[in-house]
Parts: sequence; C-alpha cells; structure tokens
Amino acid sequence: MTDEIVVTAPESTLTAMDRVRLARDPNRPATLDYVNELLERVVELRGDRSFGDDQALIGGLGTFRGRSVVWLGHQGGTNTKENLERNFGMPRPEGFRKARRLMAHAEKFALPIITFVDTSGADPGISSEERGQATAIAECLLQMIGTRVPIICTVIGEGGSGGALSISLGDRMLMLENAVYAVASPEACAAILWKDAGKAAEAAATMRVTAADLQRFGMIDELILEPIPAHEAPRDTIQTVGERIEHHLNEVIAEWNKDDDASITAMLDKRYDKYRVMGAWTTV
Amino acid sequence: MRSFFQRQGKFRPLTKTDERGQDAPTIPEDLWTKCPKCGELLYTRELERNGRVCTKCSYHFRLTARERIDLLVDANTFEEWDTEIRPVDPLEFVEPGGSYKDKLVKTQKKAAENESLITGKGTINGRPIALVVAEFKFLGASMGSVFGEKLVRAVERAVDQNMPVLTVNASGGARMHEGLYSLMQMAKTIAAFHRLGEHRLPHFSLLVDPCYGGVPASYATVADVMLAEPGALIGFAGQRVIEQVTRQKLPEGFQTAEFLLDHGMIDQIIERGNIRHTLTILSDHYVGRPATAQTGYPKGLLADEPIEEEETVVVEVPAGGEA
Ligand SMILES: [Zn+2]
Repeated sequence: MTDEIVVTAPESTLTAMDRVRLARDPNRPATLDYVNELLERVVELRGDRSFGDDQALIGGLGTFRGRSVVWLGHQGGTNTKENLERNFGMPRPEGFRKARRLMAHAEKFALPIITFVDTSGADPGISSEERGQATAIAECLLQMIGTRVPIICTVIGEGGSGGALSISLGDRMLMLENAVYAVASPEACAAILWKDAGKAAEAAATMRVTAADLQRFGMIDELILEPIPAHEAPRDTIQTVGERIEHHLNEVIAEWNKDDDASITAMLDKRYDKYRVMGAWTTV
Repeated sequence: MRSFFQRQGKFRPLTKTDERGQDAPTIPEDLWTKCPKCGELLYTRELERNGRVCTKCSYHFRLTARERIDLLVDANTFEEWDTEIRPVDPLEFVEPGGSYKDKLVKTQKKAAENESLITGKGTINGRPIALVVAEFKFLGASMGSVFGEKLVRAVERAVDQNMPVLTVNASGGARMHEGLYSLMQMAKTIAAFHRLGEHRLPHFSLLVDPCYGGVPASYATVADVMLAEPGALIGFAGQRVIEQVTRQKLPEGFQTAEFLLDHGMIDQIIERGNIRHTLTILSDHYVGRPATAQTGYPKGLLADEPIEEEETVVVEVPAGGEA
C-alpha cells in the first residue's frame, strides 16, 4: 500500500448495474488499446506450445516507460467477426496455459509483468472442459502467486470470476472507477438465486461488484477515477492508467532486486499476506 | 463383492440422507436403500458397512464430511481444527428468500455443521496427515471466507508439523452471497498450497462427486497427486450452463472421473475401499518412510481392484493385489 491519500470515488447516482453496463461498453478501451498506447516495441508472443493460441487472452513483450515488461490481457472483439475470433474475450485452456507460460518467461528474464483484466469469464464450452479448463486456470494461479517478478494488475472493464482472477494475482491491484469485478456475472447470479436472469440489476447491487465496494473491502490497492467515462475519453483514461501503473510498478521495483533472493522472498511474502487476510468471518 | 470395510462399529449411525434427492431412501424406516445406478435394493446396514458403495454395481454414494473422515483415518485419531470460525454476511446480501445471514442460520441448523469445510489431523495406518474435507450439504460446499480461512490454517499447520495434506473436494461453485470474498478464496488457498510445496510437503487431492467451479479451478486440481472417486462429476462449468450456452448435446460420460482420466487431468481413479491403502503408500513415498521398514507390499502397479483391508498399524497387505 502507498502512503498517499486514498482516492475514493465521488458520490454517484449510478447503480451497480449502470457500472456493469459501463464496464461492458463496446467502445471502452480494451487491452490492445492500452498496449498500443502505453507500450513501445511490442511483440506479441503467441501459443501455449501444446494445443493452440487463444486470442481471448493475449500477451507479449513491450517497453513500458523505458523498461521491458511482459504484458498480458483479455481481449474481446469490436465486431462479430473479431468476437468470434476472440471468443468474446472468454479464454479457453490454451489462453490460461499461454499466460502461465509467459509468466514463467517473465520470471526467467526478470521482466516485470503488467496485466489488463477485462473478461466476462472463462469459456464454458465442451472442448474447454475436455482440455481441462479448471486445471488450466488453477495452474495459471499457482504460477502467478509464486512468480518472482513484480506484477501490477488493472481491472479495466469487466472482471468476471475465475477467468479474470487468472491474471489478477499480483503485488498491486488497480481498478478503474467504472470497472466491475465479480465472482459470477449478475445475470448468472440472478438466474441461480432469483431463477430469473432478468433480475441482474438486483443481483449486481447485492453482490457489491463496483470499484468503490471493492476498495471498501480492501481488495484493491487503488481506485482510478474516470472523471469522464472511459469510452468517452479513451485516451485520457489510458494515460491516467499508465501513470498509475508506472507509480505502483516503481514502488514495487524499488524494493525488488532480481539478483537478491531476500528481496524476492520479501516481495512474495507480501504478496502472500495480501491474499492471506482476504476474508470476512468471526469467531465464537 | 466382498465387503471392503472390516472396522465394524467404527461408523456412527448414519443420518438420513434425504438432503440429496438421488440418495433418498424410498423404503420406510431406511432399512433398505435403493441404488440410483443399478436399482438394487440394498440393506442399509450392509451398505454402510461397505463404505456406502453399492455391493452390486460399485456405485459410490455421496458421503458427508464426517462419514468421509471416519472412513479415512484410524479410529479415534481425528482431531478437529478451528471449529470456532464462523461465517458472517459482509455484503449484507439479500436474495428473494431473505438475507444471507438468515440463510446461514437455517443451513447451520439443517446441516448440523457451522460451515462447508471440516479440517483437522488424523493418522492413516499410523501416518499423520492434515485433512481438509468439504461438506456438500452445507450450501453445496461453496467456497466462502470460512472455507478459505480454515483451509489455509490447516495447510499452515501441516507446514509447521511436517505433514502431508489430503483435500477431499466436492463443490457446487462459488458462495455468491460473499461476492468477491468468495472469489478471493481461490487466491488465498492456492497461495497456501504454493507454500506447502516450497516445504516439499505433498498435497493429495481426492475429487468426489460433484466438484465444480472455483474449487477445481484453484487448489484442488494442482495437487501433487490427483485422485478421484469412480463416477464423480468434475469440471469447471456446470453441465446445465454448458448446454445452455453451447446448445450442444453433451457427450456420453462427459465430466466424469473416467473422462478426466482419459483426458490426462488426474493420476488415478481410486475405489473408496482402496483409498487408505493408496494414501499410506503415497505418504511413505513423500514423507520418507524407508521401504525396507515395511513388509508385504506387492510388486508392480497399484492394483485398481478393491483391496481387502487388514487393520494393522504398520501397513496393509493387499490380498490378491494385481487386478
Ligand atoms: Zn448399484
């Protein structure tokens, strides 16, 4: 955590479901917009070296503020053709296995990782199950929690369940004001508990999916304000996000030395503690 | 088929199983239980004696967490941990039926458990092991904050006490009532098992019916040895969701333990009657009992047929081991 004054979202009349809609707005900047705007010398690294390449979860190399990094992010499409190619931004096992591969790759070359989280969730298809969707996510998480380089994650749109979590375990978790992050989509929650997917707005409200909620619960390290919603001011939003990523990356890197095991252990211990305390329970 | 479980009188009288439609006894007084797979009417006492495995077709009935623990550990060795941790309602979650807070009270009463995970330690043929066992009848063993906290504490104790960890995993998915707290338990639990691995202590995962969502998408499928019970349904997305989204007919045997084995996702399918034997052997390999101290192990592959278990402290001798 930083010592600075914590930025909180201003009072708003927007409902949780309004935020869900904003987070899903097709004109909202997506991973590739951030990559194209914030990174130079970008090389996409594709494929899981086992079965295929998933274009719903992409990654590669790039230069961020003068430093080589590995970037990862979910990417949907802006039209039908692209959506089909990118499976509406829902990763299949190949995507998670590629992410895992690139995290190990980042570790090998001591490159920091920045991730952009924006998916409605992992693909729920027959072939994904056949190729071990659950295992692929789990292996990605296991890799990420122990990756010996700084990791900064930002929820830029919709953070949907395990598919989002798969690239969200890091040293810092940032979240845009109009992004959402939920254990299940409001529609899925409504379908199960209300027996009516049409009650998504009620579900969204009670599930506490907004950045302000998650800041209150201590699950994010910084809420990044959107004075103008991201889809109306994409370039400004991207620049602000870039500044905040840089700020947090610099803080984590200041205490990290790739050649000093003790500093790496200290970083990993902090990462462990960050998740260790997440939970709400009582004792009798 | 012979009876696997010789330790009669060890099991507590079974509670009614009416919380699960599929296992509901259809005959008065629970004297007989109908096997949902082969339709055989089984004498309930005989079924219990057989670890709730159908004596005709080997169908594995679901077990409660406490029945499971009784089957796994040596008699009177289970010491339960962290029973004082209780769930709260951090989101003030409201669903059509009422608040989560009220739902918890009702569920606790109905399930006679405080949460969906039971942890503790016991011995299996004298080998100490930390146990993390999901209770499906408590809100479908969904992973909430208490589940995560109890699991992590159990793994941390296993590190302190140099023990392997066995997780018995069933889950219907996320605890939606706890929102992102529920999702974050995936991070928290996987972090704990990462630590366990750094201490070179093994995690054995036994997947049982049914196991879906965040549990198999986190700690339960990255164990050092992946085991599953025959016929158990295991996957990320539930079958109804997949059918709705894809509008495709699901293939025969989709998401069964056998399907996972075929697709390379697990190491072994273990009959309930073999699990103690398997865990004994595994424990010795990883936690370092020299083979010379043991006698009577058969050569070759672990048998995949049920093994007659003899109650010895040193080691069981599988009779007619090779399948
Ligand atoms: Zn049967």
